[in-house]
Amino acid sequence: MLQGHQTWVFESKPTIISSAAVGGPHEAQGPLAADFDLLHEDFWLGQDSFEKAEKKLQEQACETAIKKANMKKEDVQFLMAGDLMNQTVPSSFAARTLGVPFLGIYGACSTSMEGLALASLLVDSKFAKNVLVCTSSHNAASEKQYRYPTEYGAQKPPTAQWTVTGSGAALVTDHGEGPKVTAATIGRVIDMGLTDPFNMGAAMAPAAVDTIEAHFRDLKRDPSYYDVIATGDLGRVGHRIAGDLLKKHGLDIPEEIFTDCGILIYREDQPGVLAGGSGCGCAATTTFGHFLNRMRKGELKRILVIATGALLSPMSYQQKESIPSVAHAVSIEL
Amino acid sequence: MEKFLWAFLIGGTICVIGQLLLDGLKLTPAHTTVTLVVTGAILGGLGLYDPLVKFAGAGATVPISSFGNSLVKGALKEFDSTGPIGVLTGIFQITSAGISAAIIFAFMGALIFRPKG
Repeated sequence: MLQGHQTWVFESKPTIISSAAVGGPHEAQGPLAADFDLLHEDFWLGQDSFEKAEKKLQEQACETAIKKANMKKEDVQFLMAGDLMNQTVPSSFAARTLGVPFLGIYGACSTSMEGLALASLLVDSKFAKNVLVCTSSHNAASEKQYRYPTEYGAQKPPTAQWTVTGSGAALVTDHGEGPKVTAATIGRVIDMGLTDPFNMGAAMAPAAVDTIEAHFRDLKRDPSYYDVIATGDLGRVGHRIAGDLLKKHGLDIPEEIFTDCGILIYREDQPGVLAGGSGCGCAATTTFGHFLNRMRKGELKRILVIATGALLSPMSYQQKESIPSVAHAVSIEL
Repeated sequence: MEKFLWAFLIGGTICVIGQLLLDGLKLTPAHTTVTLVVTGAILGGLGLYDPLVKFAGAGATVPISSFGNSLVKGALKEFDSTGPIGVLTGIFQITSAGISAAIIFAFMGALIFRPKG
């Protein structure tokens, strides 16, 4: 049901019956390592290209989530998946392996929550019983796609972020036990004219702020309703900007509940990660791994995840376009 | 001993300029490199780069600006001996060792190693 301007409230409260997170070598060294179902030491996952490695990450995340729910892939009506590659091939190719009816989605790094919102909509409207959501990113594949190949040796400023090598999957169903998806706020595309692809956090922060404000306005809620409010991958720079902007707009989220998946996933002193994690796999693994695990343990009762996506392409950047951004918020409650 | 000091200072200054272009003017790594090459070419054309090399040695030959100088030097040299067409044939004459080495070693490296990221 639509509430307010841009928020869906799911009356049947679709359940996340199971979820899975798969990561790479850098995620294994991070503080959330224990929340991953599978961690790979090999950046290539035994494949002969990074793109194939990313496909493998998705396959493993999907298969693990289905297995954890004691289901078979035939029980899943639809798969919704997305990633950062051209034409989202890792998702389409993983869907080829799984053989589940497939809807490809793209919202850059906001795709995980876009998918979770749409999957919940399908289940809530009874157009599906079980929907699998999956997103992924691979550090080396993304560097190749968006920035410079590592061999080029280009320097990065400290505002740059490290793309997560990982995939997160969640199985949304109309039955069973587990955290429930209760509401989702779909964000507008916001562009403040920033053009620096090495400072995506700053470009995405205004989009996160817009969606957070819309969420609380539409639902007439206060931030204290939640135990955790996490942005997707703003990193240390963007998260601070978002916090300051929210304060300026009169929405003060207490620091102890306001966090960011990109900050949580790596240690501050981890080499190379600079301002923190990013990528489709960042919010996905942190939410579907870390946060949902904490909810299942009873440590968290209500969380709001605002996944943020920078909607640039290498082409738009080369043509000197600014970086438009979007953020989608999903509320998960026990 | 003095030569080492000047090599260090001049080479360091060129690198500082590159870093300022990168961080201050927000040029991309490619634009930064090209700016240094073109500057070296202009200085070479004006006959200012070779005195710098004499003065600072490796401090002026190791940075990429020296590549621009070599491009112009080769073109001018061939221009003197063969006329206008020499600008085209001479431009990579001095630098061909560097370019060929880069291509050949990169190829050999790609045969043996896999990128780590």
